[in-house]
Order: sequence, then C-alpha cells, then structure tokens
Amino acid sequence: MADTAERTKKDFSSDQEPRWCPGCGDYAILAAVQSFMPELGVAPENTVFVSGIGCSGRFTYYMDTYGFHGIHGRAPAIATGIVTANPALNVWVVTGDGDALSIGGNHLIHVLRRNVNVKILMFNNQIYGLTKGQYSPTSEVGKVTKSTPFGSVDRPFDPVALALGAAATFVARTIDNDRQHLTEVLRQAAAHPGAAFVEIYQNCNVFNDGAFDLLRDRSQGAHNQIRLVHGEPIVFDEGARCVRLGANGRLEIAAVADTDPGAIITHDVHGPPSLAFTLAQLSQGPTEPTCIGVFREVKRDTYGESIHAQLDRATERLGAGDLTSLLHGGDTWTV
Amino acid sequence: MSKTVEERERVVVRFAGDSGDGMQLTGDRFTNATALLGNDLATLPDFPAEIRAPAGTVHGVSAFQIQFAASDVATPGDHADVLVAMNPAALKADLGTVAKGGTLILNEDAFTSRNLEKAGYASDPRSDGALDGFHVVQVPMTSITVRAVEPIGIAKKEAERAKNMFALGLISWMYSRPTEPTITWLERKFGGKPEIFDANVAAFTAGYNFGETTELFAHQVSVKAAPVAPGIYRNVAGSQALAWGLIAASARSGLPLFYASYPITPASDLLHELSRHKNFGVVTVQAEDEIAAANVALGAAFAGQLAVTGTSGPGLDLKAETIGLAMITELPMIIVDVQRGGPSTGLPTKTEQSDLLAAMFGRHGESPIPIVAAASPSDCFDVALDAARVAIRYRTPVIVLSDSFLQNSSEPWLLPDVEALPTIDPMQAVASDTPFLPYGRDEVGARPWAIPGTPGLQHRIGGLEREHATGAISYDPENHELMTRLRRDKVNGIAASLPPLDIDDPTGDAELLVLGWGSTAGTIRAAVQRARANGGKVARAHLRWLHPMPPGTDAVLGRFRKVLIPEINDGQLAMLVRARFLIDAQSFSRMQGQPLMADELDETIEEALHG
Repeated sequence: MADTAERTKKDFSSDQEPRWCPGCGDYAILAAVQSFMPELGVAPENTVFVSGIGCSGRFTYYMDTYGFHGIHGRAPAIATGIVTANPALNVWVVTGDGDALSIGGNHLIHVLRRNVNVKILMFNNQIYGLTKGQYSPTSEVGKVTKSTPFGSVDRPFDPVALALGAAATFVARTIDNDRQHLTEVLRQAAAHPGAAFVEIYQNCNVFNDGAFDLLRDRSQGAHNQIRLVHGEPIVFDEGARCVRLGANGRLEIAAVADTDPGAIITHDVHGPPSLAFTLAQLSQGPTEPTCIGVFREVKRDTYGESIHAQLDRATERLGAGDLTSLLHGGDTWTV
Repeated sequence: MSKTVEERERVVVRFAGDSGDGMQLTGDRFTNATALLGNDLATLPDFPAEIRAPAGTVHGVSAFQIQFAASDVATPGDHADVLVAMNPAALKADLGTVAKGGTLILNEDAFTSRNLEKAGYASDPRSDGALDGFHVVQVPMTSITVRAVEPIGIAKKEAERAKNMFALGLISWMYSRPTEPTITWLERKFGGKPEIFDANVAAFTAGYNFGETTELFAHQVSVKAAPVAPGIYRNVAGSQALAWGLIAASARSGLPLFYASYPITPASDLLHELSRHKNFGVVTVQAEDEIAAANVALGAAFAGQLAVTGTSGPGLDLKAETIGLAMITELPMIIVDVQRGGPSTGLPTKTEQSDLLAAMFGRHGESPIPIVAAASPSDCFDVALDAARVAIRYRTPVIVLSDSFLQNSSEPWLLPDVEALPTIDPMQAVASDTPFLPYGRDEVGARPWAIPGTPGLQHRIGGLEREHATGAISYDPENHELMTRLRRDKVNGIAASLPPLDIDDPTGDAELLVLGWGSTAGTIRAAVQRARANGGKVARAHLRWLHPMPPGTDAVLGRFRKVLIPEINDGQLAMLVRARFLIDAQSFSRMQGQPLMADELDETIEEALHG
C-alpha cells in the first residue's frame, strides 16, 4: 500500500472551503491530518475518510481522498464494509462524541471488538454543536444546556475507558491545539494494524467554550496534562507530581518529593488492560489532571485479515467455487 | 402378497407432530423421493415460533405439507388428503387442514389421557364423534418402532426418536415412493454413527413393511410422473434459490458477493446458506444489528462489490434510513426482505405480503426504490439475478421481496445452463482526459461507480443533497428539485428494460383479470384454471416488478372490465394500482399468516365474473 511518491498537504486538501465556525478546534485537527497524511506514503486514491453526522461529519469534504459522509452514528459500520471489501485501503473514520457514543454507540464498540483496520478520530467537545447546543454523552453532570435548563442528570462516559472495555487494540487521547502531540498520536494510530481509537479533546468555542482549558491552555496544561509515554515513569506538572500505586490498590496522584521512585507507575501500552483502564479513570474529566497519549496498543488479527484468510482456506479445501457444480449438487433427476 | 395399486392424479399429504418429532425432516425426505419419481410438487413447512414449546401442546405443533401430481402443481394444496398426526396436539391443530373424507393416520401410542389433556381435548376425539366423516387409521407407531429397533440395542429414548422414520416408511409405501433415496440419505447423515443409522433404517423399513402387510390399508396409491420440459431437475427451496441466484450474479458480473445481515426469522437461512460458500469468494458479515448490516453492505457497495443485506419486516424498518442513503448516494445494493406476518414482531414464522408499501414508501423524503418480488421458490434465483442487473446498471438500491412461504417452500427446478445466464457489466469508472463528474449521468441516468483505489477519481459522497453533475454539496432550491426528478426518472426508466406485462388470456376475450404479485402466483394460477374449467372467461397476470411496473401496464389493465387483486395483506397492490392508474381494482385480502388457498378465491372469482 505504501509507495515512495512525494506528496504534500496540498495533495490531501480538497477544493472545498471548510465551513466550521471561526475559531473551531476542527480547523486545527484538519490542518494536522492533511499535513500528516503525506508521511504515510499512501496515495490519496487509496485513502478513504468516512464520517457521520455532526460538525465532525464535514471533515470528509475537505480531504482530497475518497470520502463517504454517512448517516448519524453509522460511520464505523460503513467503514467496516469498505475495508472488509478491500483490505488494501487506508480507512479513517471521523466522528464526534454524540455520533460515536450516543446514536452510534453500538457500532463503535463492535468495530473495536472486531479489530477492524480503521483509524477512528473522535472529536470530543462534550456538546451537540450542529443541533445548536444540547448536552452530549460526555457532558459533565449538572451541565446546563438548551435541553437541560436545570442541569443534566446523566453521568458521562469516559470514551477511553469505554474503548478499552470494548477490547480495543489501540486507544489514545490527544488535544486539538497541540499539533505535535496530535500528530505523534496520529502517527502511532496509523502504524497500528487494526482498529485505532483516538479521542481528541476539541474546543467548541460557540456552545462549550473552555471545556478543556485546564489541559488546552499552555500555562495550565503544563501542570495538568499527564503525558503517557511507553516505558517511562508517569510524571507530570514539570516533574513535580507523579502517578503511583496507592495504599488501597488504586492509582493516585502524589508529589514526586513524597514518593519512593520505585513506586511511580511505569507506563506500559502492551501490558494488561487494567493499567490503561485505571489510568483512564484517574480523573473525573478534563477539569482535573488527565492522561493524554497512547493508553494501550496490542496486536490482534484484524477483521479483514481473518475474513479473507477464511475465504482462502475454504478455496484451498473445496477448490474455487463452480456455479454448475453448486446447482447440480445434491439429488437431481433427468427428464 | 402385493396389494392393488390405485392411480391418482394428485395427492396432498400433511405430516404433523411435536416440534421435536422431526416432521420437517420427514417431509423433506418424502419430498425428495417424490421429486426423484418425477412428480411435480410444491411444499409448505409450517412451524411454530417457539424453538421447543412445551411438548405435546398445540403451540408446539410443527407440520409439513406437500402436494404432488402427475400434472402441473401450482400450490402446496388447499386441503390434505392424508394427515399423519404424531400426537393429539397435532390432530387438534391440523384437523381443519384435512379434506372432508380424508384419511387421518394417528400414532395410537401417543393418544394417552395425559397427552389428550395437554392438547386441550376434554374427551377423546377418536370416540366422541369429532372424527366422523374421516377415515381414521390408528397405528401404534412408537411401540412398533421400539420393537423394530430393539435388536440394535440402543436406549429406548433413542429408539422412540426414530418413529418419524416409521411414519415416513409407511407413507412412502402408501404412495409407492422408492426407498433407496431415503436409505442413501440416512447413510450420508449417520454414516459415522452405525447404531443410529441402523435404528433409522429399521424404523423406516418397519413402516414400509407395516403398510404392505397390515389390513388397515387396502391398496397403494401411485401418482405418475408429470410431463415436463426435458432437462436436469432438482428440488429447491426459496432460500437456496435466492442464495444461489446472488452467487450467480456475482459470477456473471465478476463482482465479489458481500452479504451483511443480522439474524432474523425467516431471512436467516439466506445468511446460513451464503456463509457456506466461501470458496466462491462470498464474504458474509453477521453484523451487530440491522442498521449496521445495511451500512456495512453499503460500505462494500462503495468499495465496488456486489453488496447485499437481507432481513424481514422489523429489519426493513430499521434499515430504512440507510436505504435512503444508498438511494441518494446512488450506489448499487440489494436489500432482500423475506416478509413475515406483521406489524411489529407480528407472526415471525408465518407468511404475509404486507411489506409492499413499506418497500415502496417506507423512507422519508422522495426516495423511489426499484422493487422486484419472487413468484415461486425457484423464481428466487432469477429474481436475484435480475435485481443485481438493475442495481448495477442503474446504480441504485433494489428491494427484493420474498416471503416466509417462498423461503421455506420447495418445488422442482429445471436447472439453468450457467453459461447461458446473462452477464452483467459493472462498468466501474476509470480516469479519463475529461474532468471527472461524480454525479454526471449516462443515457439511462446512472452516475459513475468510481471505487476507492481508482487513481484520479477521488470524490466525496454522502446523504446531503448534491449539485447535479459535480456532486458538490448544494442547497440550491432548483438543483434539489432537479436532482429529485433525476433520481425519480432514473428509477422509472428501468421500465424500459423490462418485458411488458404478460397476460394469460387463452380465449382473448376475458372481462375479468386476476392480477397478483409475489408468492400468490401459484394460487392464482390454480384458481384461474379452475374457473376456466367451469367455463369462466378469466385472464391472469403477474407483476414481477412492482416498481417500476412494466411498460404499458396502464393500458393492459385498462382493457379489462374488472381487475381482481388477491393479496396476503390489506390490499396494498390494489391501493397502488388504483392510485397509479385510476382503475377500479377490487381487492381480495387474507391475513391469516398462511399462503392463500385456491378455493378461497373460487367464490370471489365467480362473483366477479357474474357481478
């Protein structure tokens, strides 16, 4: 699939002018993706972007690749059909918190469970933007919106924990305005053979401005982003704080100064899912210090590989199908 | 001592027993032997929704009916000449299906007071006059089977289970069926378990010999082979024919077949059958839900494959939004709806033709979809091929309507010459010197099918309205009207590729036309033939394509003073015909979860002729 042709951002940018609200986090993500795509060495014609409904759904129109803007929540299913039919394609799904976790929740968990070879970028802005500001399945309890004037009583999902629970083989979180971190996560997702789930904290400056300030804002982010790096001790806040095993067996945040260096958790993306799951639950949401980076990355056969291996095995065992033999199989009689 | 043989033109036999009694298998084997004899035939399996309802209850009765004849068979038969009832519940459930004066063969051993009570009989029907007017034959099937199997030394329970083979042996004798096909089949099935094989053969032979020696049966019946076109035949059920038709469409188009579905009665057999044929390159995906199945198939269609999803009524509802997406993205895709009794969960194992209007109108917006319906089990093969032709040529989703009856029913099928089947050119787009227009149209109004992986043709499709030709998103009012009309005209234009409506009117001066669609074709044919035999001048026509209808349908229907439309629904085609053609079509409607019977139509045709 990879080739050596020289390509630039322009080769992946369509002639359509993006029509998100000025200041939307989606612009930064689009620019990062368009700039990153040439790195993969995959021609635009071998690349497909599939999206659902919501502000993120527009993404497909701005990529000069093959694109399918589907219906609400179903992008993972459409993408499953595309990449299972043609496993040579480089298939990306662009979705949002409402699209992926509410109306399309069932398809998300199953695309992850099956390990379909698609890269899922979930723009999480904790709000319904396109329908003009109702709470989403990632909005915090008490959220006041047009549909919850007295505050939302729904408990939110943690998308990373949900993906891990669905046995995803690659799970990561990044932030729209951190181009370097975002690109590095995209790079690792693209290199992962199988379903890659990437949650991107994305600021909706119209309906939910500042939801991620604690992490997005340069000065606050420096203290509150817990950057996960495989094989390294989990230390943040400019080296002042760390994640360690607490007395009750849970992970806890502590001052490095008060911690025996041996007790600091070393991040391991290939280990048992329990570590990743616990890290995902470390904060109650992006209003507290929160982990970003790759939570988990393990190898498992992809759905498309398994499907096509089965076709090959059947053909090897039974010979290539012959229609006449099929119709004449079983009892026949001649008149 | 051999008994005399009475020759008969046609016979209807019904096997009925508990769900666990193996009645479907018994019927299937009897059908096979009958097909090999060269009789024309039609079958009707009739089973409950419960996997294993409480044994011995009326809810748990499973039945299989077959009509076989020395001449044309159009239906599984209105009424059974012989009912084999393995227990009181089977007798209670199915006595109403037996012709007056018909024969009841009862498993005497099962008529215990406890079983009579479970079946809901207050008194024994064998002695209270309930069976007056029938020819009742009681055979202790269970005990004879156990005795016959005894030397093999298997457990009594296992031995008792072979009683369906005893029944099969007895009926095979009654109707002079050959024994070898059944024994060969048992060998194939139980070759690895010699004791079970021996037990089944012993039971089958015991049944056959019982018929020969007992004085309960005066004579055997023989039904001669039917005169049919020469060729190689097999017996085929609708679900097989449909699956094979899709595989044939894949072979004749060169497109890999991709089937995505969610298990649902009665469409699951299609998934089962297709998943067996992976060596034909058939991908089958059992999706997480109905909506996913439709979208997975649509993704495969975008990727350039022969994409199919299958379902029944409830699933058709769930897939509606995706079918609309397939319609506006103008991708080739087949949606098979094996109709069952509705609405909602309705009657999952029973038949109905009540999804026609849902297929026609069951989506928001102006969303016309071609609809084709199968007329018989073997016709499912041709319908699948035709649906693929239209889907691919016109870049459109196509709904194939089958139903529970067609899927489970079987008939002899003159096998087609595979090389003579039509080929289908996928005409997938390749880059050229002219700028690529994803929503440009050819002479039939179809847009290019440009599949991912094709250099130079990158484009974006989706559910938002498109600008004509360029495919850019467009909210322009006039463009929307234009696109709506273009999509409508494209689908209407399919009519030009269809043969005109064939009218069967031997005398050429019939005033009454009986018009049907789908699985009632056989019943209507039988009823019309009977009316003609009584001197009635009745014409008959069958609509294979419901949308669009064949060219000239309007004029053809207008020729008749009366148009009668029998359907297993509340008059859905009748509503379409009246609305489309301003014809005062008369509806004949039945909604009992059962195939239409010819004698249900007799009186209506009679009235229509003289009314």
